[in-house]
Amino acid sequence: MADLRVTVAGVEFKNPVIPASGTFGYGREYEQFYPLSRLGGLSTKGTTLLPRQGNPGPRIAETPSGMLNSVGLQNGGVRKFLDYELPNLLQKDTRIVANIAGSTIEECAQLAEILNGSGVDMIELNISCPNVKQGGAAFGTDCCVAAEVTSAVKKVSEKPLMVKLSPNVTSIAEIAKAVEAAGADALSLINTILGMRIDISTRRPILKNNVGGLSGPAVFPVAVRMVWQVYNAVSIPIMGMGGISCCEDAIEMMMAGASAVQVGAAIFSDPYAPVKIIDGMDRWCDENGVKNISEIVGTVRPW
Amino acid sequence: MYMQSSCPVLEKRAIARGIFDYKVFCPEIAAASVPGQFAQIAVEGFFLRRPVSICEIDKDRGTLRFVFEVRGKGTEKLSHLNSGEVMDIIAPLGKGFRVIEGGAAVCVGGGIGVPPMLGISQIYSSKARVISGFRTAAAAILQDDLKKAGCQTILCTDDGTAGIRGFVTDALRTELQSKKADIIYACGPLPMLKGVAAAAQEYDIPCEVSLEQRMACGVGACLGCVCRTVKDGSEIFSHVCKDGPVFDSREVIFDG
Repeated sequence: MADLRVTVAGVEFKNPVIPASGTFGYGREYEQFYPLSRLGGLSTKGTTLLPRQGNPGPRIAETPSGMLNSVGLQNGGVRKFLDYELPNLLQKDTRIVANIAGSTIEECAQLAEILNGSGVDMIELNISCPNVKQGGAAFGTDCCVAAEVTSAVKKVSEKPLMVKLSPNVTSIAEIAKAVEAAGADALSLINTILGMRIDISTRRPILKNNVGGLSGPAVFPVAVRMVWQVYNAVSIPIMGMGGISCCEDAIEMMMAGASAVQVGAAIFSDPYAPVKIIDGMDRWCDENGVKNISEIVGTVRPW
Repeated sequence: MYMQSSCPVLEKRAIARGIFDYKVFCPEIAAASVPGQFAQIAVEGFFLRRPVSICEIDKDRGTLRFVFEVRGKGTEKLSHLNSGEVMDIIAPLGKGFRVIEGGAAVCVGGGIGVPPMLGISQIYSSKARVISGFRTAAAAILQDDLKKAGCQTILCTDDGTAGIRGFVTDALRTELQSKKADIIYACGPLPMLKGVAAAAQEYDIPCEVSLEQRMACGVGACLGCVCRTVKDGSEIFSHVCKDGPVFDSREVIFDG
């Protein structure tokens, strides 16, 4: 039994595996398969200030080794999160990462302020949603704007602040440095990569939104590369995600520089993916003489 | 209660061109399933599971029956699964049909929308009239199963090669004209469902429709499988996997 505990921005997780925002709702569905207490934590569905309807359907398109989505942050708003979802989650003996997404910088700050008095363990500021017109990736693809929104949230937030980065940029390391300098306590990456599929019989995009975010094993090598680049550019901890579907992927992501990992689309194929990864990590550590999983973070030896 | 299971395939048959009929052994899931619910079936080599409606539930034998159409590469791959192999399913998913005890039902299925009508009509048996529509006689499926269940069957084909030539919605009106029903169930293409819902409204009969949409998680977590519905006078995006797949037809916006 290896020690799987990890600490990210002062928050201790019992293991480094956290279902990613938007893939796990608020845990109610997957709790029917296993207790949420098995998880290191969970990142809740992106919460906005007011309820949001999201984009029209179809919102899902399958791709080779992955999928596109254009959900568009459908959620019940922060009040419903606080009144209905969070009280339930706080009884589950797992860390709660609250993913927030504002349409404006002021809204992001307001969301963080509202969550100050709540029981959430960490804020994950989403500046990378590719499926919304305001906020989202518009914040995360420009160093100055990314820094501005980070510092506005950091100024008011009493919770550790993790900023979720977009891969749809020329240099993710530059964005990461700007966000670090603006006061972020941690980074999570990558959000989905913008993609498109076309139905050749109708000559229409499959997604009603035309374009959407690519996730699943298809994006894994891109995610590993970006986590490695960011790890080498900043000193704050990283939660790595993007296409992780098995224990070996999670180990690889941690060797690239992630202190913890988030698992997303893999859960759709196999609801048990997060717990299988946790069990697999434990075995891998024992087999490889690793006493504490944190030992492996960033240990890739580049050529 | 959602469950995942690797179920032995007991029987596999091709029942029409491109239509496959599977019986799998999954006693716990069968015990928990009701007509109208569906399963997410894993397909080797494909990232997302395929949502397939439950056609028939046999709680005594512990089996579920799935009848699906090959629509693309994923369902084609799924159709290569043979008896003796295992089918990886997550089920029972979604909300099933509301049953009116002692009532009389009319079930309307179009094409691959017919399979979910078998499960619900078995409950009503002789109190169910089942209208099935197909392109042509060779595409007609499940008519013997429906008769065996004691249901009255009305078969329609587009080309008149079997049964009545014409649309199921016309047959539905004829049926309602001759005898009322307590509830209507329907599954099929959207224009057909729209027509069925309109007829139900005309005759003031409750109507439940089963919808489909491109889906990822199947359990209500990812919010991918959206459909347009009306609740308390305002339009909202509901989710086929969790709020449905069965909806009250008055709540559904059938356009786009």
